[in-house]
Amino acid sequence: MSRYLIRRLLIAIPSLLGISVVLFTVLALAPGDPFGELATNPAIPPEVQAALRAKFGMDDPIMMRYLHWLTAMLHGDWGFSFVSRVDVDTLILQRLPTTLAVIGASQVLALLIALPVGVYAATRPYSIFDQVASTFALIGFSLPTFFTGIVLILVFSVSLNWLPFVFRADLAATGLQWWWEEIRQSIMPVAVLGLFQGATWTRFVRSAVLDVIRLDYVTTARSKGLPERGVVLKHIVRNALIPVVTLIALQMPIVFGGAIVTEQIFRIPGIGSLLISAIQANDTPVIMAVTFVFACLVILFNLIADLLYGWLDPRISYR
Amino acid sequence: MAGSTLASPTADARTAIAVERARARQVTPWSDAWRRFRRHRLAVASGVVLLAMIFAVAFGPLIWRVQINDIDFSAQLQPPSWAHPLGTDDLGQDLLARMLYGGRISLAVGLAAMSVSVCVGTIVGAIAGMARGGVDAGLVWLTDLFLSLPQLPVLLLLIYLFRDTLKIYVGPELGIFLLIVVGIAAFRWMTVARLVRAQFFALREKEFVEAARALGASRFRLVVRHILPNALGPVIVAGTIDVAAAIIAESTLSFLGLGFPPDIPTWGRLLFDAKDTIDVAPHWALIAGGAIFLAVLAINFIGDGLRDALDPRRVM
Repeated sequence: MSRYLIRRLLIAIPSLLGISVVLFTVLALAPGDPFGELATNPAIPPEVQAALRAKFGMDDPIMMRYLHWLTAMLHGDWGFSFVSRVDVDTLILQRLPTTLAVIGASQVLALLIALPVGVYAATRPYSIFDQVASTFALIGFSLPTFFTGIVLILVFSVSLNWLPFVFRADLAATGLQWWWEEIRQSIMPVAVLGLFQGATWTRFVRSAVLDVIRLDYVTTARSKGLPERGVVLKHIVRNALIPVVTLIALQMPIVFGGAIVTEQIFRIPGIGSLLISAIQANDTPVIMAVTFVFACLVILFNLIADLLYGWLDPRISYR
Repeated sequence: MAGSTLASPTADARTAIAVERARARQVTPWSDAWRRFRRHRLAVASGVVLLAMIFAVAFGPLIWRVQINDIDFSAQLQPPSWAHPLGTDDLGQDLLARMLYGGRISLAVGLAAMSVSVCVGTIVGAIAGMARGGVDAGLVWLTDLFLSLPQLPVLLLLIYLFRDTLKIYVGPELGIFLLIVVGIAAFRWMTVARLVRAQFFALREKEFVEAARALGASRFRLVVRHILPNALGPVIVAGTIDVAAAIIAESTLSFLGLGFPPDIPTWGRLLFDAKDTIDVAPHWALIAGGAIFLAVLAINFIGDGLRDALDPRRVM
């Protein structure tokens, strides 16, 4: 298992390098100067500008600039936010936990919906339950997250006044009260993301289970007289989950996209809303760093998926 | 071209063609697919809905001749009425006219981005599927790399970096249109490329391809005339889903305030503008969001029906 882990880690490195090349190429191809804000600012004398350009190596050849940028990123020196006047890494570290908490909770919700519904629907294909579930799943993943978010706000905050629609990072309460407030303000964002993902995954789970359920070993297990529950849970679901894990890993970029939208709607102070506000403020170092963090998160989740894959299908680990 | 010659019973080759055409008249693959598609009632209904929407946005502005930027401060945030069938926004502009105009852009972005991504995906997939060794491995690595890029952040980065320059060169409307279409397509071609590559792997060793090769068909002809038409089923399904995904992506960008400029009312932009007055004028947000939802749902149902009709798992 550890050899497998190391191999997967080594495979992740070229991807990360590739992503960093893509990001840097985009930045380098972009017209204008990323430090244009400074260059056109009349309050900054030309000597300071030249010194800044030299310090950031703006006039070096492109390969050197890439290497400088990469080593700086690896050293944890992610630059300085010109707008917020803090280091980019402190800014991101402040906001990352909120994003991860919201995404994590919504993924758990999505799994809690997708697994039971998908498995139950697939064990009774073309029944009423299956048809209703499939239709709802299709509706669910056709509903854009920004629309469900607004509808939820309209219903639960504006009409019923049950839930707050602005997420606050600085809740005044403590102890149990704090948890209660935190849960109340998290319900809608988590539901928006979780229902959308749950709908997509229900379809994955259903089709994966349908593929497995007709195989001979399932018939064998049943004819041995094993209880149906055990057949479904131990024989069918475990094998059906193998392709599902891959598909979920492929969905991660979309999950993060949904997280950006949700953070924007509910004003959650995570890195997604940081990205949007940085774009509106032309804060290039923050934009680059947040994009890179999102890329790293995608790779990280792919890595976790690979590990799960190895656990679900032990044959892979030995290869 | 065999298909264009008239069948004649004298020559052997032509007899074969005549027999083939007679059989083709009974059940062509397409009529067969259409028969299976019709069985999916929701897909057929969605097709009707989508055609109605396309018809409405194409010809609606010719009938409903209210300007999209007629400002009327005496009719701010009006709910639907006879004068304004879908109500008005915060400047008293007619929402029906704006929805019809925005629909043109949203649907055009969806179709254009789908065309670009399907073309790129097919070309990359075909090259990877025909080439062996290094080229194939390189293209697969590239595909996987794009699959693991965080799409929305990079798309936002692209728009942030390039929008001003394109605005100068090709104008604000066309510039952002091109940028959004290319940007969305840049993150949607991978599915098609993988599908096409997998299909090519399965098909290129088949007997009919072997036969065509033995007859001296060039590589290009093999791909275009023999392999590609047989690989199209899943590509069509994926392309349909791509239209829906592109519409959502464009609306997302507009909703984040980073899509089309504020004076161009795409559906996502209308929703973005509506969200601040949602407590007093919920109809505005519901109409804009509802249109996106309806279009995407219809396209997804059609994709579902096409999947049944063209069954991608039946790889010959």
